[in-house]
Amino acid sequence: MQTLLLEYLPILIFIGIAGAIAIAMVMAAFVAGRQKPYPEKLSAYECGFEAFDDARRKFDVRFYLVAILFIIFDLEVAFLFPWAVALGDIGVFGFLSMVVFLGVLTVGFIYEWMKGALEWE
Amino acid sequence: MITALAFYMFAGVLVASATMVIAARNPVHSVLFLILAFFNAAGLFILMGAEFLAMILVIVYVGAVAVLFLFVVMMLDINFAELRQGFQRYLPIGGLVGLVLLVELMLVLGAWVVAPEAAALRQAPTPDAAAMSNTEALGRLLYTRYAYLFQASGMVLLVAMIGAIVLTLRDRPGTRRQSVAVQVARRAEETLEMRKVALGQGIGEEKGVVTHGTPGLRPAEAAKTATEKAEVR
Repeated sequence: MQTLLLEYLPILIFIGIAGAIAIAMVMAAFVAGRQKPYPEKLSAYECGFEAFDDARRKFDVRFYLVAILFIIFDLEVAFLFPWAVALGDIGVFGFLSMVVFLGVLTVGFIYEWMKGALEWE
Repeated sequence: MITALAFYMFAGVLVASATMVIAARNPVHSVLFLILAFFNAAGLFILMGAEFLAMILVIVYVGAVAVLFLFVVMMLDINFAELRQGFQRYLPIGGLVGLVLLVELMLVLGAWVVAPEAAALRQAPTPDAAAMSNTEALGRLLYTRYAYLFQASGMVLLVAMIGAIVLTLRDRPGTRRQSVAVQVARRAEETLEMRKVALGQGIGEEKGVVTHGTPGLRPAEAAKTATEKAEVR
C-alpha cells in the first residue's frame, strides 16, 4: 500500500503547489490591486446595450440526449480497462463475455445511428 | 503521517463541499461544488488503494455525470425565489419528518455490527496491493465470476440508450439533413448550364431561371436540384 501511495506523492505535491499559486494570485489581486467596486462592473455586458433577459434559460433537450449517449459509451470504455489488464488471466470465457457485452451495446449504437440521434439538424 | 494528513484534507474538503452542494443558492454553484466533492472522493479512493475506482470517478462522474447535471439544471428553469416562499410554512412538518428519519438512522447504525464470520465468508477477498493492482484484481473477477451481472449491466446501458432516444428524439418537419450520397452523386451537367452571353446584354429575365432550366429535367427534379443546391450553400 505504501509503495502505491508513494507513486501518487508527486501528484499531491503538484496539487499543493497549484493550490498555493492560485490562492497567492487571487490574494495578491485583493491586496495589491486598487479596488473601486460599483454595480455596473458586475452587470452583464452585452455589446453596450442592456441585457435582454436572464442568462438561465431553457436548453434544447437534444443537448441532454448527446450527454446521455456520451455517458453510456464512456462507461462502455471504462469497462474495457480492467478487461484489457486482466485479459491474459481470464481466458476465452472472459474474452467472449466482453464480446457479448460489446455486441449488446453495438445493437444500441446501430439503433441510434439509424434513428438519426447522432445527427444535428 | 502524510497519508493521515492527506486523508483529513480530502475528507474535510469533501464534507465541506457536500454541505455547499445543498446550501448554495445558485444551482450551478451546487453542481460545481459537486464536482469538487467528486475529486476529493477520488483522492480518498486512492488512499484506500482503489486506483481504478478513483479514475472512473474522475472520468465518468466529473467528465460526464456532472455535465449532465449542469444540463438538467439549465433545462429545469425553476424560479428559486418562488420555491422558497413556503419555507416558513412547511418548516415544522419538514423538520419533524427529518428528525424521525435521523432517529431511525441512528438506531440502525447504533445497533449495526459486522458479523465476525463475514471476513472469512467473502468470496473474493481483496488481494494485497503490492501483489496485484486494483484494476487487475477487478478484471479477474468481473468478466468471469460475475459475468451475469456484467451482461446485465450491458442490458441496463442498452435500455438507457434506447430510452433516452425514445424520450427526447423527435423529428422536426421541414429540416434539411445532409445526404452525402446525393451530394456525391451529383454531376456538373445537372446543375450548371453554360451560355454564351452577348456583349453588353446579359441574359435578362432568364437570370433567375438559369439554375432551374436544365434541359430534359422535369419540374419536380429541377426543384429538387435547387433544394440540394441551397443545402450545399
